[in-house]
Amino acid sequence: MLKLNVNGKVHQVDVEPDMPLLWVLRDTIGYTGTKYGCGVGACGACTVHLNGVPVRACQTPVSSAIGHQVVTVEGLRDHVARAVQAAWEKLDVVQCGYCQSGQIMSAVALLSHNRAPTDADIDNAMSGNICRCDTYSRIRAAIHEAAKNLA
Amino acid sequence: MDDIRIENENRREFIKAGLGLTLGLYLAPRLAFSGTPGGVHAGTVLEPNAFVRIGTDNTVTVISKHLEMGEGTYTGLSTLVAEELDAAWAQVRVEGAPADVTRYANLFLGAQLTGGSSAIANSFEQMRRAGATARAMLVSAAAQRWQVPVDSITVHQGVVTHAHSGRHATFGELAEAASRLPVPDNVALKDPKQFEYIGKRFPRKDTHDKINGSAIYTQDVKLPNMLVAVVAHPPLFGARLKSFDAQRAKAIRGVVDVVAIPTGVAVLAPDFWSAKKGRDALSVEWDESDAFRLSTSEIFAQYRELAGKPGALARNDGNAEQAIAQAAKRLEAEYEFPYLAHASMEPLNCVVRLGADGCEIWNGEQSQTGDQHAVAAVLGIKPEQVKIKMLYAGGSYGRRANPHSDYVVEAVQIAKAIQGRAPVKMVWTREDDMRAGYYRPMYLHRIAGGLDGQGNLVAWQQRIVGQSIMSGTAMEPRMVKNGIDATSVEGAHNLPYAVPNIAVDLHSPRLQVPVQWWRSVGSSHTAYSTETFLDEAAYAAGRDPVEFRRALLNKHPRHLGVLELVARKSGWGQPLAPGKAGEKRGRGVALHKSFNTYVAQVAEVTVRPGGRYSVDRVVCAVDCGVAVNPDVIHAQMEGGIGFGLSAALYGQITLHDGQVEQSSFPDYPVVRMNEMPRVEVYIVESQEKPTGVGEPGVPPIAPAVANALFAATGQRLRKLPLRLA
Repeated sequence: MLKLNVNGKVHQVDVEPDMPLLWVLRDTIGYTGTKYGCGVGACGACTVHLNGVPVRACQTPVSSAIGHQVVTVEGLRDHVARAVQAAWEKLDVVQCGYCQSGQIMSAVALLSHNRAPTDADIDNAMSGNICRCDTYSRIRAAIHEAAKNLA
Repeated sequence: MDDIRIENENRREFIKAGLGLTLGLYLAPRLAFSGTPGGVHAGTVLEPNAFVRIGTDNTVTVISKHLEMGEGTYTGLSTLVAEELDAAWAQVRVEGAPADVTRYANLFLGAQLTGGSSAIANSFEQMRRAGATARAMLVSAAAQRWQVPVDSITVHQGVVTHAHSGRHATFGELAEAASRLPVPDNVALKDPKQFEYIGKRFPRKDTHDKINGSAIYTQDVKLPNMLVAVVAHPPLFGARLKSFDAQRAKAIRGVVDVVAIPTGVAVLAPDFWSAKKGRDALSVEWDESDAFRLSTSEIFAQYRELAGKPGALARNDGNAEQAIAQAAKRLEAEYEFPYLAHASMEPLNCVVRLGADGCEIWNGEQSQTGDQHAVAAVLGIKPEQVKIKMLYAGGSYGRRANPHSDYVVEAVQIAKAIQGRAPVKMVWTREDDMRAGYYRPMYLHRIAGGLDGQGNLVAWQQRIVGQSIMSGTAMEPRMVKNGIDATSVEGAHNLPYAVPNIAVDLHSPRLQVPVQWWRSVGSSHTAYSTETFLDEAAYAAGRDPVEFRRALLNKHPRHLGVLELVARKSGWGQPLAPGKAGEKRGRGVALHKSFNTYVAQVAEVTVRPGGRYSVDRVVCAVDCGVAVNPDVIHAQMEGGIGFGLSAALYGQITLHDGQVEQSSFPDYPVVRMNEMPRVEVYIVESQEKPTGVGEPGVPPIAPAVANALFAATGQRLRKLPLRLA
């Protein structure tokens, strides 16, 4: 049994230590907001926060998350996250929506340490997150909008 | 079979709406099977139509016959109902319709199917009528209750009012009484001048659930005792299973079964990771005796040979060959288009549960009727015994409406192979998804053109070589006539420009590589060849590309409309801001009609030393008739441009000795945040019937970029993806 702290709650999970955090979250615990997109860390759909830092859950063995705070899209609570989600809603960013959990996790992580990101900062922080519906312009605008509201 | 609950679904979604206008007492389990198709729900009082349900809790539920895969159908269809119902936007919710072609057929296609950018176009009257009918019944109920004439009652924002007496009631308060009234036959629809929703921005109906992780996709379904299946597919198209050894797979913790299916070997476990480890541990021998073994270069060589001979004629105005022979100036070009993968963010998957009386499917379902028939054939049951719960799809771009129901049938085959012992969620990995075929076909185009002494384009001869998408599908009788698959030549055989001599012909070689429609279908290649060739002709004639097009479009006011709008908004004709030292900048235009929607785009590029380039700005003008929800239209143009740009910059599936060389995003790159241009969208005001917007934003971007690259560098690029020398 491994003890995993997800969204402030400790879960006991009986899985192999090399199982990627993504599948423990999705299949073992049931947090399905974190998505599978590629399994090789190339698309960002599985982005979660590990001690506040964005990581690709598909590339994170569950063993390396033990003793740390994992936050998924379902566990977003703070004012930065609320500002990001409000901006996403105001600008109607989503289309198919499948990548958006990961986009939001990356955006929240960016704004948590940079309250006034430039377009270049956004490119740096967000270019690991693919959106095949190409909602990028609205994601960029929503990050600026959230930053404005957090200022 | 009803009311199978998904374990992990949000319990708040089960809302008791009480007695309702259309369906009476009901549960609205979004993810459970709500009712029997064509049947009557328990407690139903009345069902005036299949699209609107009003609960005593004052909710208006719009039942969407179309899949929400990002293109905004749930919002658009809700807009139409809310308009005629005079509902408040906040009280409107959406539910996916069950599979039932008798009620939920696409009126353009005759099957329950979301495709061809037709969701709003085919539903425009139907959904408005559904809303208007419900409204009329609520008004009648109020008139009876208050003993006043019907025409003294008004409805606004979900409130029914008799102004003279000051009485009012909500929809919920009237729903039960209204449900006992006869359903009116012929309700009047609003005059467009009265529209309060259509033409204005209202927020999407699916945003909320998609930003907090609660939206359920096929990938997220978890049923009691469900097993996840990961499949080993043959490495080559046309290869088959010879034998397999499951010993090492079965030794993986969690693996409970390994079964042969017609398309490979499925490994089942309670979770994806264990099933995938099991799949990777399998030893499989494939029979490759009938496998496809050509490489991309060999396919193009065969296509080039075919292009030397006349094909089946799709259009023949005047005498193009003779006119070219007599032309003052002749132009020739050959174009190469690769296979393209859809590469939706949600790799393909499907959930199946077999039961004594049929089969249930949970899926981002794009082709209900086709899938019902295909599954019924596999199981030896009737199509109506295949019940389908339509969930959100994490993209599709056409892929989820497979004409052979490939992935749905595969999931059913797995469930069948384990004798239905457990519900099965089949999950393809990204690599499985990308290597499974059903690509946008490769094409080779050749165009020859002729200008007369005054620089007028007098002849156009186009030959297209590429696999037919429709051959061998249920749509073949309708879409393939006289050897011409309409989807192979669309956008070319209906070239709008006034050229007196036009010939378009087609070769449709048969290859084992499975092909399928890909967002904008034929226009994904024909717009490129026609619009870049026209650009070449304009330069050869010494004319401005916009002016050259304008002169050839006298009889096409809507083409002309978007061309003029995009020229004005892009600042066409004014000099571009210069780049930094060593950079070259250019601007290009392209214009294309697809799915009865007219789109023109101007792209601006910057080319850096060494040939790297970026697309900086795209201005887009669109005429899609009545703009039902302008913000959704903007979003679809933005998205279509990004999607088309991915193909223009990077997209190619290549084969080496029959093996697909790409597998995932590292070797099949797509546009990312840092490569997305600034996009400006302008909608032509129109009272024409609404037409689609999901696909038409895609075709013009690649030729607009190519024409811009030519303007910047003088290089004509005739091979996709676009790489400068």
